[in-house]
Amino acid sequence: MSILSGLRSWFGRRRGAKVDPVREEEFYRAGQWQLVWWKFKRHKLAQISMVVLAILYTVAIFAEFISPHDPLRRFRDYLSHPPTSIHIRDANGRFRRPFIYGMAMGRDPVTFRPVYEEDRSTIYPIGIFVRGDPYKFWGLWESDLHLFGTGPEGMPLFVMGTDTIGRDVFSRICHGGRISLSVGLVGIAISFFLGLFLGGVSGFFGGVIDEAIQRVIEVITTLPTIPLWMALAAALPREWPQLRIYFYTTLILSILGWTGLARTVRGRLLSMREEDFVLAARLDGESEWAIIVRYMLPGFASYIIVSLTLSLPGMILGETSLSFLGIGLNPPTISWGVMLQQAQDIMNVAHYPWILWPVPVVVLAVLMFNFMGDGLRDAADPYIT
Amino acid sequence: MLAYIIQRIARAIPQLLLISILAYVIIQLPPGDIVTQQILNLEASGVTVSEVQAAALRRQYGLDRPQWQRYLLWIGNIVTRFDFGYSFTWQKPVADVIMGRMGYTFAIALFSAVFTWVVAIPIGVYAAVKQYSVGDYIITFVTFVGLAVPPFFLALVIMYVALTQFGIRVGGLFSPEYMVQGWSWGKVLNLLSNMWLPIILLGMGGVASTIRTMRAMMLDELRKQYVTVARAKGLSSLQVILRYPLRLAVNPIISGLMWLLPWLFSGGIILEIVLNLPTAGPALYASLMSQDMYMAGGYIMIIGALTAVSAIFSDIVLAVSDPRIRFGGVEGA
Repeated sequence: MSILSGLRSWFGRRRGAKVDPVREEEFYRAGQWQLVWWKFKRHKLAQISMVVLAILYTVAIFAEFISPHDPLRRFRDYLSHPPTSIHIRDANGRFRRPFIYGMAMGRDPVTFRPVYEEDRSTIYPIGIFVRGDPYKFWGLWESDLHLFGTGPEGMPLFVMGTDTIGRDVFSRICHGGRISLSVGLVGIAISFFLGLFLGGVSGFFGGVIDEAIQRVIEVITTLPTIPLWMALAAALPREWPQLRIYFYTTLILSILGWTGLARTVRGRLLSMREEDFVLAARLDGESEWAIIVRYMLPGFASYIIVSLTLSLPGMILGETSLSFLGIGLNPPTISWGVMLQQAQDIMNVAHYPWILWPVPVVVLAVLMFNFMGDGLRDAADPYIT
Repeated sequence: MLAYIIQRIARAIPQLLLISILAYVIIQLPPGDIVTQQILNLEASGVTVSEVQAAALRRQYGLDRPQWQRYLLWIGNIVTRFDFGYSFTWQKPVADVIMGRMGYTFAIALFSAVFTWVVAIPIGVYAAVKQYSVGDYIITFVTFVGLAVPPFFLALVIMYVALTQFGIRVGGLFSPEYMVQGWSWGKVLNLLSNMWLPIILLGMGGVASTIRTMRAMMLDELRKQYVTVARAKGLSSLQVILRYPLRLAVNPIISGLMWLLPWLFSGGIILEIVLNLPTAGPALYASLMSQDMYMAGGYIMIIGALTAVSAIFSDIVLAVSDPRIRFGGVEGA
């Protein structure tokens, strides 16, 4: 938006006219993306979702700094520790900055499970920017600075408790987000190329090629997703390094994910092929490739974004399910699904319910993607009001 | 009608062919000679395989022949003898493992579908009739959340609540004392007392999406003129809804009925594993843990076939219930 039209619209609003000619003109002059953004802004839920997702991804990106502990460190004195309760009022009834009490582990004489008792004699204030477990940020810079915690000498703070072998659940959720949230992104990147290419070929050339691709898509969409994922994931050799398994897992997830995008692209291409501006470009002597990329692609780019956003949750859930079953990623890799492996034994869940923390986190991420996709779908076609 | 059916069946044949190729590729995926691989896996898990057995297996799978011949052998055995290969983990032919569990799979699928409809159809209709009411907003929000929660998450939470609040240990279909016994009244009662929770949990998986379809379909129908006509001639609101729009709105549910079994084989599989049900899905999982690929290939082939057959059935049922489809008059059908 230029300064001039910005001023105009400001004055326009000041006049308080009912039908505002300046704003109306602005609407007609605005580009496609401007319109999409205006429409998206009206969708409050989608906007909130976008903020929440931004926070989730930020936590995943800066996981080492945000998590108070090393996600692989085992606190042998604090196995299956419940979430630490944070106090702001001490034994004398005085308010002070948030602190925690020391904890002592004992064993239940009958079940031999760890039980914890608050030791109210010492208090450990929670500080920000404290020293803690050393780490190498993104494998590049060494540091031991953490966003919050109780310092190296204090009683460790377990915001979400520890798992059965004493690792901090919150730190693992931060680090797990790296895998769980990126699986979807890498997956849709692969789906994107497959879908765009095959859908484009199908829609542009039509005829026998189109027929064949449509049949293949039909078969793939009728295939049972989860057993197929399971069978493919189980076929990966166990002795492969985790990075390779990660890459192949995303590949498996996207093998079935590209069909939706291919259909969208094909449908848009078919309807657009008949448009006047395509005919005009063709008469202008533009090459077929230029027609697709310069004239038709911008026309359905917004649909592609919607289709991709809506296929992300399926991939996140797919990774979580496969890893939960133990045929996707496996320890020592940390992902939300791997963390849930401990929940396979329902007795673990019954006694230490906090190991289910990845469940609400996954649901939150998926829900936010769904809401955002919904808002984007409404905004994708700004010319329909 | 007959022409329609024949045409519909003919369309499924190339589809099945593609699925069979895919299933065969999956069988061949793990690197190395499949029999050696299986023997290694089995020995790692404590089962010994004799030399004679190994040689017999090699011959049976024709490992000395080229790939396309082996594919033809595999598919030929399926078509002629219903032989999907041998499951090493179960020490039984794949077909026996899966078919032996079909009874429970069918029973659970049917009951959970009934549960889904009993819950979802009235709620969907209510949401459509009272569009934009508080109730509608709540239902829409809950279904949105429901679509984001995979059934096995819900199962974990419900199992936790059942165990800690009510002391019920969910999982399996029989109490230990009935596990190995033959059928008796006691066993049937025991089955029923253990079955309701898995059924509800499996049914819940379909509730959210069924409500959404039902609501959308009802909204479409309610806008049409025949509804206004029915109102104008003095029918009560309930009568109007039950007599006309509902009958049309359940069409996608009818076609959904046929997708039930494939769904249970697919979407419900993780839930079944978590709940430890004696259905086909967990059997696949157990064999996948030791890369028993004939089981995987056979399973995918069976499900693919089931899906294709279900699709044919649902199309035929739809064509019978909706003459517009039969005569090709409906757009996008």
